[in-house]
Amino acid sequence: MLSKIVRTISNQLILFILVFGLYIIMHGHVTPGGGFQGGAVIASGVVMMIVAFGSSEIKKSLRERHLSVVESSGALIFIGMAFAGMGTIFFYNFLVGTPVFGGIPPTGPNPGNVWTGGVIPLMNLGVGLKVIAGLSAVVLAMALFSSGEEIEE
Amino acid sequence: MEYLTVHSPILIVAVPLLAAFITPLISRIGNKFRDTVNVSLLSFVTFLIVILTIDIYANGTRVYTLGASVPELALPENYMVPVRIMFQVDGISIFMGLTTTVVALAALVYSLQFVKNETGQDRFYSLFMLLYVGMIGLEFTGDMFNLFVFLEILSIAGAGLASYRVNMADAVEGGFKYIIISAVSALFVLFAIGILYSEYNLLSIAALAHSMQFTTLDLIALALLAIAFVMKLAGVPLHMWAPDTYAVAPAGITPMIYTSSAASMYALYRVTFTLYGGHFDTTAIGWVVIILGVLSMFIGVMMAIHQTDIKRLMAYHAISQSGYMLLGVGVGLAVLTDPVALANYGRDAMNGGIFHIINNALYKGMLFLTAEAIFFRIGTRDLNKMGGLGHNMKWTTIFFIIGALAISGIPPFNGFASKLLIYESVFRFNPLLSIIAMFVSLVTLASFTKVFYSAFTGPEMPAFKEVREVPRSMLIGMGIMVACIIFFSIFPGLVVDTIVAPATDALIDQASYINGVMGAVP
Repeated sequence: MLSKIVRTISNQLILFILVFGLYIIMHGHVTPGGGFQGGAVIASGVVMMIVAFGSSEIKKSLRERHLSVVESSGALIFIGMAFAGMGTIFFYNFLVGTPVFGGIPPTGPNPGNVWTGGVIPLMNLGVGLKVIAGLSAVVLAMALFSSGEEIEE
Repeated sequence: MEYLTVHSPILIVAVPLLAAFITPLISRIGNKFRDTVNVSLLSFVTFLIVILTIDIYANGTRVYTLGASVPELALPENYMVPVRIMFQVDGISIFMGLTTTVVALAALVYSLQFVKNETGQDRFYSLFMLLYVGMIGLEFTGDMFNLFVFLEILSIAGAGLASYRVNMADAVEGGFKYIIISAVSALFVLFAIGILYSEYNLLSIAALAHSMQFTTLDLIALALLAIAFVMKLAGVPLHMWAPDTYAVAPAGITPMIYTSSAASMYALYRVTFTLYGGHFDTTAIGWVVIILGVLSMFIGVMMAIHQTDIKRLMAYHAISQSGYMLLGVGVGLAVLTDPVALANYGRDAMNGGIFHIINNALYKGMLFLTAEAIFFRIGTRDLNKMGGLGHNMKWTTIFFIIGALAISGIPPFNGFASKLLIYESVFRFNPLLSIIAMFVSLVTLASFTKVFYSAFTGPEMPAFKEVREVPRSMLIGMGIMVACIIFFSIFPGLVVDTIVAPATDALIDQASYINGVMGAVP
């Protein structure tokens, strides 16, 4: 566990890291980034918390079984989106050009309208969840291992 | 039904993928529920494979393009090259898919009881399904880059499963060797794909084959691909990982990893026949494959004779048997540009080599399962410590006898059918090769006789008085394979005509594979 200054700043900063990571995940198809990159940003926030508070403290709030559920549901969102297009074909983009979330965006260049990708942002979300949970679990396991503790089963 | 047929190529890959992802969630409900779901999903996939097999043998190659408006739309209008991810399933792909699925189903049923008392079961089944996805995707894909992706899925899942029993020190070593070899070979494949992509701006196998010019760069790419796949299929001299990995992998997994080697062999054939076929004199590369095959056969069996660890012994035999497949198909490759020789004996040699793939996946997989059944009951793999197990493990003994006779090529078993095809046709190509093959078969018989005598015969040993037959699910798993072996033994002609010959034709007929995607090529 580091000093009080570091812990306080980390507590404030994690919010911004989470928001930035989610932004990268959801805008993967219009700006550089995507599910993996945004997930890695959020996982690096988890690393920051582990450094600031110590792995045994983080272990109490970030449990391995919960991470496993999040990881599986991320993968399920991804493949579920692929299966949802099964009416036409696997991976068919059935949401593009539909007025979910209000209005069909015009085709052609636009200033970063999120609702142009159909299922792509949702798939990015699935990948993002999987990467967040997976990388956090890996980092936490390594931190616990190096501090000589056992990860709970 | 029509819907299922059209969408079966993707469903066969996607349904196990779904199973892999829901396994960690549904194992919270209960282990029994998870097992039921997994077995029923894999049975559904088996059903789809059968539908697709019938369809492909009736209507020829089936193309499935992901994300297009209709599945067959590989080449959209106004496009010169295929741009979408696609699966292209032809005779040899579906043949390999059939092999993989039968082995996977048997291995899954066998594993139900085998891992019942271990920890981390949901990870086991998750990785098992991913391993299956990797193999079947590798066999179905029509795209070089996806070939790499599925190769990686297969390797990572296989390495995780090989080191599943982490309480055994050598299991970790086996898994580590496997992941190193896989990573090296996957990087070779990626490098070769990079070379091809930089030259032609294409990734689709059919489109690449269509515009192949066979420059020096292509030759380098071919060498990289061949080395990578030979490494993965454990051909001598790149076989060093196989005994360690096969020996320590859990029971259901050894046949799966062995079948994944066969999938790499399929990738080797696909590259040499389809991607590069017809653009160069195949005699040289054919001889390379033949020499690799003969080396694998001979060195594999010679290393096997003196092993005392039952699974290591079988692992060396697995290397030796891979040699037969390489030999048969290598002869076909060597005479590919000579139509007379091809019709006279080349096709038969290839039939033999390809028939041997499915035969071997069955009986070799079954032998691995019997070895692990012995380990399950007595806790050792050392042949010197075994004896008299035939008294208590009757079914395992019978299954072992069938497998041992089949692998040694004793009539009337299926091993004899495929080996006879190889002997006769290879004899007309080069008699010496055929004699080596027969000699290797004899040594195989000798070696399995040794295993049989030391493990099953003799008086009942006091230490093993309490040994009982293995649980029912393990018997059913082995029984599925034995049923297939017996069917193939009784009707070898039928099997060769209906499923092996179309696979051979699909390999030889490069043009129809290209036409499946690129439209009619003038």
